[in-house]
Amino acid sequence: MANIVMFCILAVVILGSAVLCVTTTRIMRAATFMLFVLFGVAGLYFLLDYTFLGAAQISIYAGGVTMIYVFAIQLVSKRTLQGMVERMKGSRVIFGAFMSLVGLATVTFIVLKNKFICMAGQVMDTEVPMAKIGTALVGSEKYQYVLPFEFISVFLLACIIGGLVVARKEE
Amino acid sequence: MEYGYTAFILLLPLLSFLVLGLAGMKMQHKVAGLIGTCSLGLVTILSYMTAFQYFTADRVNGIYQTIVPYNFTWLPLGNLHFDMGILLDPISVMMLIVISTVSLMVHIYSFGYMHGEKGFQRYYAFLSLFTMSMLGLVLATNIFQMYMFWELVGVSSYLLIGFYYPLKPAIAASKKAFIVTRFADMFFLIGILTFGYYTDSFSFSFAGDIVMGQGTTPFIEGNMAKAVTAGACIIPTALVLMFIGGAGKSAMFPLHIWLPDAMEGPTPVSALIHAATMVVAGVYQIARMFPLWIQYAPEAMSIVVWVGVITAFYAAAVACAQSDIKRVLAFSTISQIAFMMVALGVSLPGHEAILDNHAQLGYMAGMFHLFTHAMFKACLFLGAGCIIHAVHSNEMFYMGGLRKYMPVTHVTFLISCLAIAGIPFFSGFSSKDEIITACMHYSPVVGWIMTGIAAMTAFYMFRLYYGIFWGTENVEAHEHHTPHEAPATMTIPLIVLTVITLGVGIYTTLGGFLGWGGSFGAFVSASGQDYTIHFDPQIAATSTIIAILSICLATYIYKGESQPIADRLYKTFPKLHRAAYKRFYQDEIWQYVTHRIIFRCVSTPIAWFDRHVVDGTFNFLAWGANEAGESIRPWQSGDVRQYAVWFLTGAVALVLILLCI
Amino acid sequence: MIPVQYFLVLSALLFFIGVYGFISRRNLIAMLISIELVLNAVDINFAAINRLLFPGLNEGFFMTLFSIGVSAAESAVAIAIILNVYRNFKSDTVDSITNLKR
Repeated sequence: MANIVMFCILAVVILGSAVLCVTTTRIMRAATFMLFVLFGVAGLYFLLDYTFLGAAQISIYAGGVTMIYVFAIQLVSKRTLQGMVERMKGSRVIFGAFMSLVGLATVTFIVLKNKFICMAGQVMDTEVPMAKIGTALVGSEKYQYVLPFEFISVFLLACIIGGLVVARKEE
Repeated sequence: MEYGYTAFILLLPLLSFLVLGLAGMKMQHKVAGLIGTCSLGLVTILSYMTAFQYFTADRVNGIYQTIVPYNFTWLPLGNLHFDMGILLDPISVMMLIVISTVSLMVHIYSFGYMHGEKGFQRYYAFLSLFTMSMLGLVLATNIFQMYMFWELVGVSSYLLIGFYYPLKPAIAASKKAFIVTRFADMFFLIGILTFGYYTDSFSFSFAGDIVMGQGTTPFIEGNMAKAVTAGACIIPTALVLMFIGGAGKSAMFPLHIWLPDAMEGPTPVSALIHAATMVVAGVYQIARMFPLWIQYAPEAMSIVVWVGVITAFYAAAVACAQSDIKRVLAFSTISQIAFMMVALGVSLPGHEAILDNHAQLGYMAGMFHLFTHAMFKACLFLGAGCIIHAVHSNEMFYMGGLRKYMPVTHVTFLISCLAIAGIPFFSGFSSKDEIITACMHYSPVVGWIMTGIAAMTAFYMFRLYYGIFWGTENVEAHEHHTPHEAPATMTIPLIVLTVITLGVGIYTTLGGFLGWGGSFGAFVSASGQDYTIHFDPQIAATSTIIAILSICLATYIYKGESQPIADRLYKTFPKLHRAAYKRFYQDEIWQYVTHRIIFRCVSTPIAWFDRHVVDGTFNFLAWGANEAGESIRPWQSGDVRQYAVWFLTGAVALVLILLCI
Repeated sequence: MIPVQYFLVLSALLFFIGVYGFISRRNLIAMLISIELVLNAVDINFAAINRLLFPGLNEGFFMTLFSIGVSAAESAVAIAIILNVYRNFKSDTVDSITNLKR
């Protein structure tokens, strides 16, 4: 029971912030609402007993990514910060909204009519132990993730360097 | 195999053509001429060797063997196959002698005649090409090889007629020759294909034994029975179609129009191609297919006869009114070839199963006339070349009284005229007499018509003779330069050809009267067996008397200093004379038919269809593709959001479709 | 426990709100923010299904982890590009990078 209540609160936070995020005209507010969404999602992870994941979400997303966005906004949209607002164009918005609604209806219909959601198994009440996560991440046996782990490290390095190169000031 | 050297008969001229054609421009004129003449001299020697070996070899049952030294499959196509090979039988060996002799004479003669001409080497190269093609045609083992070399001969003729290509008349004449003969060859090809389709074979197979030589493929017996059961008139139709092709090449009425214009080429070319060798290709084709004509299409022979008769009469009539000496000789050639065609056609019916020498006397007579005609007509043309060389014009107006200046030419021309008129002891008498005998056996009407035409032949030839060598001199023209006898390179061939004419004439006349045997029938005859010619005294006497009468008539009208009778006739029948002079308007009729009827009514609509409908369809398709591209282009707007919308729309649509299916 | 449909519906809603935001916003950074929403919706999906339908396995967990990492990297690169665009076109709207359009 408490879980469902918690879930509802989190859902309201997430959806409300998301809607406000996409409809607001001031960009700084959009970034802030995104921050709230991220916190909400982290909360959902904690609700699911994925504490490590929730922690990662907060530290990477809410902490790092949001800061990047704020800095970018400062660098790029000076005029917007100073109060100029963005205009919304008519026809495309309506068409986009319509298509989104149609897509939403389709996806929901599929999801709810599908049989696989009936096979919910026994849910353990405990969270995934940290040792298990650790060994899985750097283990090299069949279902373990050392290769993606290494790959993602290199990938992150490449993206950092790429970003630096792209954003460098021309001499 | 002892006939292996015959391959060189074909290879040597080909080699000479390649060498002269590719490297000729770098050589001096003399060197090129020598190469051509020497290679042809070798070919002549080989031909004589072949003839000697062939005719002295053993006969089986008194029949000459058909020998095939080479025959290999060139292009196999299911049931049929195109072969290339060499076939030796009496008529092909005889043609070898004719072609190589006349060609050698022309090569020697051209040294003098074409001296100093630009393109001397090109001329010799084309002469070699022509010789090779003609030799390949007569040595063909199957009808398709003959057709191939037939076309090659046409090409050589085109190249040689158009030798003076900077001049417009030469270009027009060469095109006309090629187009008319090509049009006739279309029928030839249809005939070949029909024949091959129904009989599954292109090869010539004959009554004689076929000896397999160094070839790899034996002859396949033409499946004649199959063709006959498929339809009674298939083989005659095929043969008549092939005859139309031959009629085009041999200048039968109405496809003769190219031959008078072909005189635009150099005179030695006219002697070689348009008198002695190429134009007899049609006659040779019928002779080659003769057993088929006898066995399967005897009624169709009457087509051959009547086409020949009409042509002979027409050509003789026109020749009486021409003033250009080469045109007179051209029409005379047409007329004489018609004689050969008639000779081949007049075989007595009812002898289908066997080849009977008496009933098919025309075969032998036609071939004999081919031989003798080649010799004396070549001599006449080469003589005309000497005259043109001396007077620098073709027209009889500029000639007259030339006997004082050109004695050798005079004598050889006179002997050849006597030969063509059919006077005993000259070769033309024997052959022409045999033809008329055969015609009389077939039908007296045809026989008397041919006798009449023979009289006209004597008449116009002697009109020509007197016009050139007797009559008034054209003094003003002679003031500028006196006509002189031709150099030795030009007179020696004349003498050689005249000697042959006289020799053959005396030998066969005496043989025919005294019953020796060993005449032409010893070599070539319908069944392959020895056939001794006996002259029918009645016919011989009749034809001789008529010939002498015509000569006297011509002498009376044309010999003197002026020609009052001729002028009076001209005044009385001006329209007739003009019609004959203009060759009875044949060229105008053909022009009308092609331009007004074919071009306007058939070609123009087809051209319109091609340009507007066929091209229009493709233009329309291209326009459609272009428009489609133009209309799709705005989709690439560069606007990322639009891409996203369409992405989404597409994904959702796909999902919905998959759901509903 | 919370039924899994709730999570799935929530993530679908979040996804399409993000898509709508991407389509309708002109500002480049706002579009990027919408994309973040989409990615987060996907992460919720992975985590929920893994936890509630396949409790013994951890593939979804790690997928989510890596997805978070990749999203961070991709945001960094995208921001770098936007900085470059701003420098060249002096504008932060998506209309200014439509060079392909005629």
